[in-house]
Amino acid sequence: MSIDTSKVADSNKTAATAKKKLPVGAVAEWADDRLGLATMMKKNLRKVFPDHWSFMLGEVALWSFVVLLLSGVFLTFWYVPSMGEVSYQGSYDPLRGVEMSEAYASSLRLSFDVRGGLLMRQMHHWSAMIFIAAMMIHLLRVYFTGAHRKPRELNWVIGCLLLFLGTLEGFTGYSLPDDLLSGTGIRAADGFMKASPVIGSYMSFFLFGGEFPGDQIIPRLFTVHVLLIPGLLLALISAHMLLLVYHKHTQWPGPGRTEHNVVGYPMLPVYMAKAGGFFFIVFGVTALMGGLLSINPVWLFGPYDPSKVTAGSQPDWYMGWPDGLLRIMPGWESTVFGHPISWNIMIPILIMPPLMLTLLMMLPFLESWITGDKRNHHLLQRPRNAPTRTAVMVALMTFYGLAWAAGGNDLIAITFGLSINQITYFMRVAIFLGPIIAFLITKRWCISLQRKDNETLLHGYETGIIMRSPEGGYSEKHLPVSADRAFTLTARDRDPDVTVVESGTDANGLEPKSNPLEGIRRRLRTTMYADNIQKPTLEELEEGHHHAEHEHELQAAMDGVSADGHQFDGHHLVEDETLRPDH
Amino acid sequence: MRRLNRSANSLAGRLSRHRRRPVAGALLLLLGLVLTGTLYSAFSPASAGSAENNEELVAEGRQLFLVGCSFCHGQNGEGVGTANGNHYGPALVGVGAAAVDFQVGTGRMPMVQPGQQNPTKPESYTQDEIDALAAYVASLAPGPAVPEEGDFSLAGLTEEERTEAVARGGLIFRTNCTACHNFAGKGGAMPRGGYAANLSDTEARYIYEAMLTGPGNMDNFSDGNLSPEEKRDVIAYLYTLRDQPAYGGFTLGGLGPVSEGLFAWVAGIGVMVGFAIWIAAHTTRSTKQKDGTAA
Amino acid sequence: MSDHLPEKGHSLNGHPAEDEHHGLDPLEPDEPIQNPGLPAHVWRPTDVDPASEKRAERQIAAIFGLSSICAVLFVVAYFTLQTGDTHDTVLDLGASTVALGSSLGFALLLIGIGIIQWARKLMGDHEIVEMRHPARSSDDDREATLGILSQGAEESGVFRRPLVLFSLGGAMTFLLAPAVVLFRDLGPTPSQVEDDQDYPGAGLEHTVWDKGVRVVRDVVGTPIRPSDLEIGDLVNAEPETVFALDDEGEPILEGVPLQIAKSKGAVVLTRMDPKDNTPGKGREDWAVDGILCYSKICTHVGCPISLNERKTQHLLCPCHQSTFDLADSAKVIFGPAARPLPQLPLMVDDEGYLVAQSDFKEPVGPSFWERDNNGSTTE
Repeated sequence: MSIDTSKVADSNKTAATAKKKLPVGAVAEWADDRLGLATMMKKNLRKVFPDHWSFMLGEVALWSFVVLLLSGVFLTFWYVPSMGEVSYQGSYDPLRGVEMSEAYASSLRLSFDVRGGLLMRQMHHWSAMIFIAAMMIHLLRVYFTGAHRKPRELNWVIGCLLLFLGTLEGFTGYSLPDDLLSGTGIRAADGFMKASPVIGSYMSFFLFGGEFPGDQIIPRLFTVHVLLIPGLLLALISAHMLLLVYHKHTQWPGPGRTEHNVVGYPMLPVYMAKAGGFFFIVFGVTALMGGLLSINPVWLFGPYDPSKVTAGSQPDWYMGWPDGLLRIMPGWESTVFGHPISWNIMIPILIMPPLMLTLLMMLPFLESWITGDKRNHHLLQRPRNAPTRTAVMVALMTFYGLAWAAGGNDLIAITFGLSINQITYFMRVAIFLGPIIAFLITKRWCISLQRKDNETLLHGYETGIIMRSPEGGYSEKHLPVSADRAFTLTARDRDPDVTVVESGTDANGLEPKSNPLEGIRRRLRTTMYADNIQKPTLEELEEGHHHAEHEHELQAAMDGVSADGHQFDGHHLVEDETLRPDH
Repeated sequence: MRRLNRSANSLAGRLSRHRRRPVAGALLLLLGLVLTGTLYSAFSPASAGSAENNEELVAEGRQLFLVGCSFCHGQNGEGVGTANGNHYGPALVGVGAAAVDFQVGTGRMPMVQPGQQNPTKPESYTQDEIDALAAYVASLAPGPAVPEEGDFSLAGLTEEERTEAVARGGLIFRTNCTACHNFAGKGGAMPRGGYAANLSDTEARYIYEAMLTGPGNMDNFSDGNLSPEEKRDVIAYLYTLRDQPAYGGFTLGGLGPVSEGLFAWVAGIGVMVGFAIWIAAHTTRSTKQKDGTAA
Repeated sequence: MSDHLPEKGHSLNGHPAEDEHHGLDPLEPDEPIQNPGLPAHVWRPTDVDPASEKRAERQIAAIFGLSSICAVLFVVAYFTLQTGDTHDTVLDLGASTVALGSSLGFALLLIGIGIIQWARKLMGDHEIVEMRHPARSSDDDREATLGILSQGAEESGVFRRPLVLFSLGGAMTFLLAPAVVLFRDLGPTPSQVEDDQDYPGAGLEHTVWDKGVRVVRDVVGTPIRPSDLEIGDLVNAEPETVFALDDEGEPILEGVPLQIAKSKGAVVLTRMDPKDNTPGKGREDWAVDGILCYSKICTHVGCPISLNERKTQHLLCPCHQSTFDLADSAKVIFGPAARPLPQLPLMVDDEGYLVAQSDFKEPVGPSFWERDNNGSTTE
C-alpha cells in the first residue's frame, strides 16, 4: 500500500474500542459507590447522533436558553422590580431630574453605571430574540422533514408549548425596564384584557392591582419572568431532551441507514465536542452582537408615561403577527344588551393566537388521522416527498408572514414611500388569498421536484456535455448517478393507493362508511396522496437503465477522454488530458 | 517777476507741482466721496438705512416670487384654486417669513410635482434669495418671523440650567413630537402616504420654524402652544441626541423593534446557521486514495 | 445497474459486504434499489499525514491561545474604559460596551471554533451504527405492568369502594377553592374602586375632569387662553389637577393616583376654523371658537394619540393606525377602533382660561364589559 498509516492514531483506525482503560481514581469510585453512575454512562456515552446541519437548529435554541439564564442572573443583581417613583440622579444627563419608576432607573443604572451592564442587557435581549427564532426554524425543519410523526408527536407538542412560553417570556422580559415603548405594549395588553367579555375588567384589575397602570404590574411580571416561566421552560426542555435521547434522533435516508438503526457519531467524544463547541459559538456570537449592535436603547424611549407614545410602536418581532392582525382588523364591535363585544380585539388577540397554537399542536395527530399511518418513522422525508404537508406549512408560514409584515405597516410605509392605508387594505385581502396561493404553488412545485428526481433515477443526471450526432442533432449526455445517490433517492415510502374503485370499495377493499367525518377524512387522504409522483418500480428502473446502456453504446467513442463526463463520477481525473484525443 | 515765480516755485513749486497734476483732481474727488459716505453712514439713522434695504429686498423677493412661485401661489400670494375647491398652492398671506425660510431653505419648495407631501431636496435658491422671498411674503401680512440664533441656543446658561433645559426638552419632545417623529426623531408614517420627517440632519433654525409655522400637515406649535423657551429646549434635546455617542453599538437605524427583529434573523440566525453548516460539513478528504483501502 | 466500479464495501449486486452489515433491512424484492450499506470510510489528511496532523494541532492550540488573549483583553478593557459620567467612546460608539462585547465574543467564539476544529480534524470520524429499539415496551413488560397495576387496584380496593373514591375526588375538588380564592386580593374589583373613590376620578367610568377644571399644557402645567392658540395648533394637555399643589406646596396627586389620572385624563386640544367643524348633536356648545377638546386615549386599546394631520383634522394613533376625524366628533374613519374619541365639553372661566364644563360623558379608553355601549356618544 502506498500510504504509510503506521503513525495514524490507534483510536482513528476503526470505530473506537478502548484499548487502554483510563486511570479512574478514588473520586470516581466514591461517586459510583453511591450513585451507580457507571451503568447509566455505559448506556449513554456512546449513543449515536446523526450529523446534519439542520439537526443543530434546536441546539441554537437550547444554547440560547443557557445564555439567557446566565445573562439573566447577572441582570437580577442590579435590576429593581419596583414601580416606586424616583427622581433620576444617575449619569445619563438628558434624564436628570425626570420622575421615573425604580425599575426604569435601575435599567439606566445597568446601562450606564455598571461596567458590562449594557453588554449583558443587550446580550440578554439578542439571545431572547434568537431563542424564539431558533425554535421557530427548528419547528419548521421538524415539520418539513416529517420528524413530528409517530413516535415523536408528544415531543412536538412539548416543542409547541416551549415556543408559546418562550414568546410570553420575551414579552414579560422586555416589559421589565418600564420604558415608553414596552409600557405602551402593556397598555395594549390591558386593552386586550378589558375587551374580554364578562371577566375582562376583573382580569385587568386583578393583574394591575386596580386601575391601569397601578404599581403592581412590573413586580408581578418580574416574578413570572424570573421564576414561573423559566421553571416551566426548564421542565419542558428536560422532557424534550429526554424524549429525544430515548427515541434517538431521526436521520436522513441514505446508504447504510434504515428505519431500524441510527448512523452517526458517538456522544463521547465527537458529539459532545460538536455540541459543546457550538455552545461556545452561540455564546460568542451573542456576545459579539450584544457588544456591537445596539438593541432596546431604553434611555432614548424615556420612562413610561400613559400620556406619551412614540411612532413606530411595535412589540418585539415574535409578537409581530398578532399586532399585524390587530392593525388590519376592521373596527367591528357589537352591542349585546348594552355590553360591548369587541370583535376587533377578540378575533386577532383572544381567538386567533390560541387557535393557531392549538392547530400547530394538533398537526401530527391530524396528519395521522388523515393518512391512517400508524407506523413508527425514524427516517426523514425530503419536503418534496410530502407535497401536501409541505404546502400546508408554507400556507401557514405565508399567513404568519403577512400578519407579521402588517405589524410593521407604518415602517414599510416610510421605508418604501407607500400609504399605510393602502398597505392595510392590501393585507386584508392578502391574508386570505396569500395562503391559498402559496399552498397551490408549493404543492405543484414539490410534485415537479418529484418528477425531476424520477428523471434523474431513470435517465441519469445532466452532465452539461452536448453531443452532436453525425446527422447533426444535438443532445445532452446523461450519466447515471452513483449507487449511493440512487439509493438515497429511492429510500422513501411508496404512498398508499387512493384510487376509488367504481363499486364503492376503494383499492384496499374497504367499504365506504356513512360517517360524514369518515367522508371528509377520505377526501383529505385523497388530496394528500393522489397527485404525488411515486418512485419508479423495479421494472421501470430496469427499463430506464436499459435505455441508458443503449445510449452509452452510442457514446462509447467518446469514453476515455476528458469531456466524457466521467470526471464527475470519480472514474478518472482530467488534469493531464486534452479535450480531443488526437491533440 | 521771474524771480518771484522762481522763488515761489522753488518752495511752493515742490508742493504745487503735485497739485497741478491731472490725477490730483481725481484724487480730490475720491477723497471727497469717501469722506462724505463715511460721515453719512456714521451719522445717518439706522432705520432709515434698513428700511431702504428692506424695500429693495421685498422688491427683489417679488421678482423671484413672480418667476418661481406665482404659478401655484398666485401673483400676490393669494393662492390658486381649482374647480373642486382644492388648490394648487395655498395662500401665503400671513404665513410669515419663517414659513418661507423653512420651506425654501429645506428645498421643499419649489415643489417639483404634485403629491401627498413634498420631500426635502437640495435648495434651489441661495440664502440671500430666500431672505428676499421671505421678506416679500412677510410684507403681504404679518406672520411669524425668522428666528434669531439666540432664540434657540443655550448660550448664556449655566451648566446646570443647560442640563435642565435638555431634560425638559426631552419631556416636551416625548409629549408632543415622538408620536409622529419617533423617539429618536427618525420620522414616522402619516395617513395616505404622508410622513413625518427624519430630524437627524435638520438645522436648528428649520426645526424652530417648523414648530412655529406647522408646514404641510404638521400641527402648529405656536408660541401660545409651546413657548419659545420650550422650543429651545426641544432643539437642545435633539442636538444632544445627535452629539451623543451610540452607547450600545451600531444603532440599526433607530427605528425600534422592527429593524432589531430583522437583524436578529439575518445576522443572528444567519450566522448561527452558517456555523452549523460548517460544523456538520464533510471535512477535507485525502485525495490520495480513491479506492478506499486503508493499509 | 450502473457500470462503474463498486466502492469498497459493496458487492456487484448491491448487497453489502459482510463486515458492513449493521442492521440493514432484509432485502425487499419490490424495492428498485437495495441498500448499499455504509460507504467505505475515507481518510482525512490529518489521519494519514503526520505533518498535517501536527499542523492541525498547532492551529487548534493557536485558536485557544488567541481566545485566552481575548479574555485578558476583556479584563483590561473592563478596568480601563469608563462608563457613567465620563463615558469613553470609540468611533462615536460606547467604547466599554463595544470592547467588552468584542473581546468576550471572540474569547468564547474562538474556544468554540477550536473545539469544533478538534472534532472535525483530529477526533475519530468513523460513522458508527447503533440499533434502534421500538419506542413501545415489550408485550411481556406491558403484561407485567398491567398485572401490577391491577394488583394495586385490587389491594387498595379503589374500584370496589366507590364511596371512598368519590369522596376523595370531591375533597380534592373542593381544595381548588382555597387555591383560587387565595388570589382574590390581587386587586380590587372595578365596582369596589368605583365605590371607594380613594383618589380623584377613581373607577373606569370617571376621570379627574370636572366642571371648572382648567385645561393646562402638559409638562409645563400652564393654563390656556383661547387667544393663545392659532388655527392649526394642537396642544397636548392635561387637567390642572395633575400639576396642582396643595396649600403646603405638595402635589395633590402623586404616584399611582397621578399615573391613573394621566392615563384617563390626558387630552388633545385643537383649534380649527369653526366653519370646518361639524359638531355632534347636542355638542354645539362644547367648542370654544373652533377650539375642541378630545380624549387623548385611543378607544381601541388605549395608546395615547397625538399624530394630527393639520389640514384634514385627522388624528392617527401610532399603535394600530386607527384614524379619527376631529372635525366630526372624532368619528373613526379608518382602522380597528370601533368607537369615536370621547369629547370634553369646553367653556371659558371668569379669568378667560379654558376649562371643562364637566367630566367626559362616557368612559374614556378601551371598551370593557360593564360599559354602557348603548349610552349615546353624541350627547
